[in-house]
Amino acid sequence: MSATRAALPPKHRPADTGDRPVDRRLGSTLLRHLAVVLAVGLLLVAVSYAVEPFRNFQLATVAAYLCATAGLTVLTGLNGQLSLGHGALMATGAYTVALCQNAFADRGMTGGWLLPLSLGAAIVSTVAVGAVVGVAAARLRGPYLAGVTLAVAIVVPALAVTFDGVFNGEQGLSVPVEPPPLSLGPYFPYERWQLWLTGAATLLALLLLANLIRSRYGRSFRAVRDDEVAARLAGIHVARTQVLAFVVSAATAGLGGALLAVLAQSVSPGAFSLTLSLFLLMAVVIGGLGRLTGALWGAVLLVALPDLTHSVTELLTLSPAVAQRLEGNLPLAIFGLTLIVVMIAAPGGVQGLLSRLGRGLLARWSARRS
Amino acid sequence: MHRMAQRGLAIASTIALLVTAAGCSGDDGSGPGGASVPGVTDTEVTVGTHMPLTGPASAGYSKIAPATKAYFDYVNANGGVHGRKITYKIMDDGYNPANTQQVVRQLVLQDKVFAILNGLGTPTHTGVLDFLKSNRVPDLFVASGSRSWDQPDKYPGTFGFNPDYTVEGKILANYAKANLAGQKVCFLGQDDDFGRDSLAGVEKVLGAGAVAVKQTYVTSNTNVAPQIGAFKAAGCQVVVLATVPGFTALSIGTAARLGFKPQWLVSNVGADHPTLAKQLGAAAPLLEGMVGTNYLPMQNETANPWIQLFTKINKEHNGDAPFDGNTVYGMSVGYLFVQTLLAAGKDLTREKVIEAVQKGGFQGPGLVPLRFSAKDHSGYGGQRLSKVSGGVQSYFGPAYETDEADGAVNEYTATPAAPPANGVPTVS
Repeated sequence: MSATRAALPPKHRPADTGDRPVDRRLGSTLLRHLAVVLAVGLLLVAVSYAVEPFRNFQLATVAAYLCATAGLTVLTGLNGQLSLGHGALMATGAYTVALCQNAFADRGMTGGWLLPLSLGAAIVSTVAVGAVVGVAAARLRGPYLAGVTLAVAIVVPALAVTFDGVFNGEQGLSVPVEPPPLSLGPYFPYERWQLWLTGAATLLALLLLANLIRSRYGRSFRAVRDDEVAARLAGIHVARTQVLAFVVSAATAGLGGALLAVLAQSVSPGAFSLTLSLFLLMAVVIGGLGRLTGALWGAVLLVALPDLTHSVTELLTLSPAVAQRLEGNLPLAIFGLTLIVVMIAAPGGVQGLLSRLGRGLLARWSARRS
Repeated sequence: MHRMAQRGLAIASTIALLVTAAGCSGDDGSGPGGASVPGVTDTEVTVGTHMPLTGPASAGYSKIAPATKAYFDYVNANGGVHGRKITYKIMDDGYNPANTQQVVRQLVLQDKVFAILNGLGTPTHTGVLDFLKSNRVPDLFVASGSRSWDQPDKYPGTFGFNPDYTVEGKILANYAKANLAGQKVCFLGQDDDFGRDSLAGVEKVLGAGAVAVKQTYVTSNTNVAPQIGAFKAAGCQVVVLATVPGFTALSIGTAARLGFKPQWLVSNVGADHPTLAKQLGAAAPLLEGMVGTNYLPMQNETANPWIQLFTKINKEHNGDAPFDGNTVYGMSVGYLFVQTLLAAGKDLTREKVIEAVQKGGFQGPGLVPLRFSAKDHSGYGGQRLSKVSGGVQSYFGPAYETDEADGAVNEYTATPAAPPANGVPTVS
């Protein structure tokens, strides 16, 4: 029995998770996904020229978080495994990138190909950690799974403090990142370059995830989520499927963490606390479990909310003491409230609601035409 | 629940989210102007800071930035500097380096501040040095004594404020050498440059092997019983603390619980008596006999003209908040920044501000000289020792100054300057 069943939309409406027969769609899935990625990529480039540096930086941060939320939504929404430890997997990726970049810098190596190499190393190391956790997770259900992943979320940041010789404790490590290539011109804004970098990596990850979801593996993920016995009868190796889901999800989380470290040019355990792990889960639930577009809403929420609450507290003329109390805690409170409201009003999350509205409008419009 | 209400709620929450998303991707339309200086208009100069208003280091420190702001409000009420009002944007980073990255980028890229002033914390501020440098933002009077701020070649726009931790370590160790000779000295420091620099100073005076037990703490773990237990087991008689206020209080409280009563020698950043007394509550008498350091007028010296001035400003512009060492500190930072703006002249640019600081020669509330020059970006160059007796913290002995290398610890005898009549500096 999956822990996330309750969070999924009831079965009387067709969910938009690819459960629908394929004949409704046109052409090959791969081509369609490629076209979408290309369009979004072009849009991102256009946007990066249109908005100011800080917005570029925020969008880049959204992209980095999107990697992690997309992986988490595949694991939790499609495969039914709850993970409270994705923040720790992000930390694994982040620290790997920091150690690699520092090692390259110490050896005086420079070049544009080093960063992709470090990002690759981050994915590999996170896959290794994810595989270990995944093997344990495949044997556990419900609250026990939540417990194990919770332990991971607490242990990994603590390791950074315990082995401070390598990880430099709470101060963390700096991540040397090279400036944009000179071929883009000497005054190319650094934040635009950051958006290009993270955007490209994230789109690539999303393309692979989207293809995976629509493939045989995606179908076995869902089969295992819905009914393990039936899946076994259909010849699906349940444990293997679960480990695979965990590893895929870990890889994207590691990439997300690595991108965050590159953006901030530093990495510290404080960035990957238990709160982040919980925030990630809340974000994918509010966005809409099991949908990549839902993961996008979740990532936007993660970046926008602290910023928004800060503006709100600035607008209100509060006494300094009250403002201080609200400052760190208001985002948490709003997140919690949003989660409750969304669960009551739209169990399918933001994306579920949007697609329902879209379908309603479409039905009305076609009814008027006939 | 009614279907209508349900749908209404859902739509409302979605709209709220969409608005945030739109706000996130929208263009504010305020493109960078021509040759204008960021954060400077004819009537206003905007500066920003990052402070731990929440989190493990917020005890005491959260009062610094409001005090600085109160001093600016006072100056603004008196006509500002060169006709410009000072706007101070205070951002909370919770003493978490990851948050500091975010809020400083927001200040520089979105709010377009002229400078970052008094950003607090060794681990937090270390992470934004390169970012501020690459954006050519003046990074003035960092609220920490790390030696990292004093690298004029590498970070030309960064200047310290606090005496550096190595200088402080030397002065504390010098006291131990003169007055507590032959006693076993141990050390507890924060697990970053703060603790490391401080320990380096202590060992410069006492010798490399003289510190019997060295322990570290991290701010995310509020249990220092193992460290204090190790001190007790080793029979430490003197414990030097390089700790933020919350952890000074925690260490002293934990030691009392374990029945361990050494002589505490505490860093200036964690030795403000009102802050510690508030933290310890009923256990405040445990602070009796604690030796600390400071370099600004003591908050309880009601006869000191600086304290009188700051008390008045605190009443008028800070809602009469409890007056302690952090208030004095915050206002002293504000005073120094106003002096800097004055010295930079009417035609304000980032380069001119940095030149003005490097020119130095500032006279203010400090008991020791500010060391600013083109070759030296560190702040105050010494300290004076204080002791708590009868629940009152007061200075004793002379002020000392020394360098961060192997120089001797010397007495400093110049008398501090008096504040200007109306409390606003004039061009010196």
